[in-house]
Amino acid sequence: MKERIDDFNERREHLKGMSDAELRTYFLELSDKLVDPLLELAYKNTSKSIERSVLLRMGFSSIEAKGIVEILNENDLLRKGTGHCVYIVANKYNIGIHDAGLLIQNSDVIDYLMEYFKVYE
Amino acid sequence: MNNIKPNEKLDVREILKDLDKYVPRKRGWVWRDISPQQIGEFTYVQASPGLKNYVPLPSARSIGNIDPQPDAVITTEIASGRFEDDIRRMRMAAYHGADHIMVIRTAGQSHFDGLLEGTPQGIGGIPVTRKQLRAQRRALDIIEEEVGRPINYHSYVSGVAGPEIAVLFTEEGVNGAHQDPQYNVLYRNINAVRSFVDAAESKMVMAYASMAQIDGAHNANATARDAWKVMPELLVQHIINSRLSERIGIKKENICLSTVPPAASPTPDLKLNLPYAVALREFLSDYKMRAQMNTKYMDSSTREATVTHVLNLLVSRLTSADIQSTITPDEGRNVPWHIYNIEALDTAKQAMVGMDDLLSMVSLKEDGYLQEKKREIQERAVLMMEEIIEMGGYFSAVEAGMFVDSGEYPARNGDGISRDINGGVGAGTVVERDIDYMAPVTAHYGYNNIEQYDKSAIDDPSSLINGCTFEKPELVKFIDELDDTDNVYLRMDKTEQYRSGNLLKPEVQWLGDGTITVDLFFPIGVRAAEAAAILTGKKMNLSNVEVIHKEILHPTEGTRIQIKGNVNFDIDIDQLVLPEEIKVHSEDEILKYVKDFPIKVVAGTAGNDEHSVGIREVLDIKHGGVEKYGIKYEYLGTSVPIEKFVDAAIETKSQVIMMSTIISHDDTHYKNMNKLHNYAVEKGVRDKLILIAGGTQVTPEIARINNMDQGFGRGTKGIQIASFILDKHREMNE
Repeated sequence: MKERIDDFNERREHLKGMSDAELRTYFLELSDKLVDPLLELAYKNTSKSIERSVLLRMGFSSIEAKGIVEILNENDLLRKGTGHCVYIVANKYNIGIHDAGLLIQNSDVIDYLMEYFKVYE
Repeated sequence: MNNIKPNEKLDVREILKDLDKYVPRKRGWVWRDISPQQIGEFTYVQASPGLKNYVPLPSARSIGNIDPQPDAVITTEIASGRFEDDIRRMRMAAYHGADHIMVIRTAGQSHFDGLLEGTPQGIGGIPVTRKQLRAQRRALDIIEEEVGRPINYHSYVSGVAGPEIAVLFTEEGVNGAHQDPQYNVLYRNINAVRSFVDAAESKMVMAYASMAQIDGAHNANATARDAWKVMPELLVQHIINSRLSERIGIKKENICLSTVPPAASPTPDLKLNLPYAVALREFLSDYKMRAQMNTKYMDSSTREATVTHVLNLLVSRLTSADIQSTITPDEGRNVPWHIYNIEALDTAKQAMVGMDDLLSMVSLKEDGYLQEKKREIQERAVLMMEEIIEMGGYFSAVEAGMFVDSGEYPARNGDGISRDINGGVGAGTVVERDIDYMAPVTAHYGYNNIEQYDKSAIDDPSSLINGCTFEKPELVKFIDELDDTDNVYLRMDKTEQYRSGNLLKPEVQWLGDGTITVDLFFPIGVRAAEAAAILTGKKMNLSNVEVIHKEILHPTEGTRIQIKGNVNFDIDIDQLVLPEEIKVHSEDEILKYVKDFPIKVVAGTAGNDEHSVGIREVLDIKHGGVEKYGIKYEYLGTSVPIEKFVDAAIETKSQVIMMSTIISHDDTHYKNMNKLHNYAVEKGVRDKLILIAGGTQVTPEIARINNMDQGFGRGTKGIQIASFILDKHREMNE
């Protein structure tokens, strides 16, 4: 930021009349204005780390989770959810979650996923 | 191994055994059970229950060995690079009152995209891995049983793998974590968008596990040029992370602000720090205070650091602290050593107990400088938030370099940290979720289209897969070692002789490291003193000699230097000759005994010997001599003929003779002892008298061989002699 001298006394004019309690309420209101867009951003998006954390919770090791996320990311499938991909593969082939993940890791079912999500269209 | 005794060592190999099957006992943060405590004649108000096993403060020796515990959870940071050695330090720390143990991560882990596995050695911290966490949590589960108080285990949920680490911590029973996306952005140059998106997931997981969250605002005062000028910004950073966390679902009582008194003496410490502490606690009163100690103005003087930290503790007591963190006084010069973790913990315990209930006697003024300054800091913070919103929000403000500017807001010096919203590690890696995005797991933040598969699973997404690791710990995949050239077993094999063998070496952080410090003074200026100190270390056969501290006492008259170096020898424990252990009774027990059975002593220095200092020390009440315990004495003076001791004892009806015999030339001391014994026999009173010899060259063995009942050497305390007299008197009168 550009350098500027301390103009606190001019800037504070509108705060001067507030009681301590009013000032605190205003502080908390401002904080909500600051964090609202950040929460919105997080609500709508995911990342490799989030997806790996989902896979960890589904019982994959860190190495497996990394492999699965890499392959799904290469195929632009993070937006569907990696756990989602594992879930539908498990359902399709009627196998366990872990086995389904390994099929993805070995690139064996990417075509099925692309078709399922109609990515080609 | 769950019921370890104080005299048993924690066996790290045993802890590592069957680790793949170990499930941590609990999740979530535990506060102390805060309640007034009556201990002996004292009532402590800001207090919590005592420990089952502990080491009290040194001076507790004269106060019935009491070890009152303050109200705040007390933190110590332990991470030497070798987690296996840190386990021992954790146990020592718990004995000294730590119930929050923080593990610092190895350099570079925050930029590692994924989880590390195995047990490689770390630099400036340890690689935090599942195996390392599980081993340390397992050790802490044993240690908390031993001390009788839950121990909170803590590390960092930051970097580019935050969400995975949060999940790992939940699975492994980690109880608290640092989590603050602003830390990623400002100090780790991790992309801001990625940091906030990841942070939401991390916080959601932490909320599920009831972990305590500590923010990262304290880094601003460690980074800013003049730490006290960032005070308004600190309020802003604290509220951004706290509000974000609260909105995501972390309970207010688990949201902790990492607050450090920004300034340190020689600034007028309290005039700067106290208004800030009040401003913060008033504005963010919904949350908990994790009071940290100042690191910014630490140099290599451990004394100076300790004084700064005690002033920080005063601020804690004048305001509040829910968690009182400690900084080791050696942090200004090296990765903390064992002894300094313990010093820091004792400093916190001593100061907090010492300042117990301070605010029932003094109060903060409700007008004048304190309140005006407090209000000013708060208004400056509000103005900063207004401008951030005007600029377009958090990301725009970060881009513009609004944060960590050295000017006190609204003054700006143009030297803030600026981060490009499209830059940094992990830039462009965030992916927008599609309308059918789904994640069938517990504690997942944000949009999650579960209803496309099962409407009834909306509130319990993991029911789609019959539960995830959070409900079913048996699903967790344990990876043991990935690197057969860098792991705990190899490190332990190298030092095994010190672990299970009979060899011993001095140590500061790692078993067998052989590091020692030498404290020196040279009557010369600093540059020459430094060179002389290095040479001294070399002549002492130390290797890797380094100066760790220097202090000018006078520019030309003298310099204090501390060096460290490594010794190149082992000590064979079997070859050690241990001096006899002298049993000591409590003051109260001796006083009571002497009241019931009055005891009188005649004492003096034997033969042609004018030394009298030693004997006065063990006689006079002033020096804590036997008189203090109710024993009366007749002092015969110096150069007392041997016969006179016995004659005086008969005449005064004394039961004890205390003969000081310093001169050892020509075995005079042995001869005096035998002469005393023989004369007592000749007079027919030997079996009625307790004969004690003392002196610098006297040992218990020598004295007894020469017909004394007991001997006492250099450094003897009155209580040791009084205890012996009690035992002997009791035995003679049975």
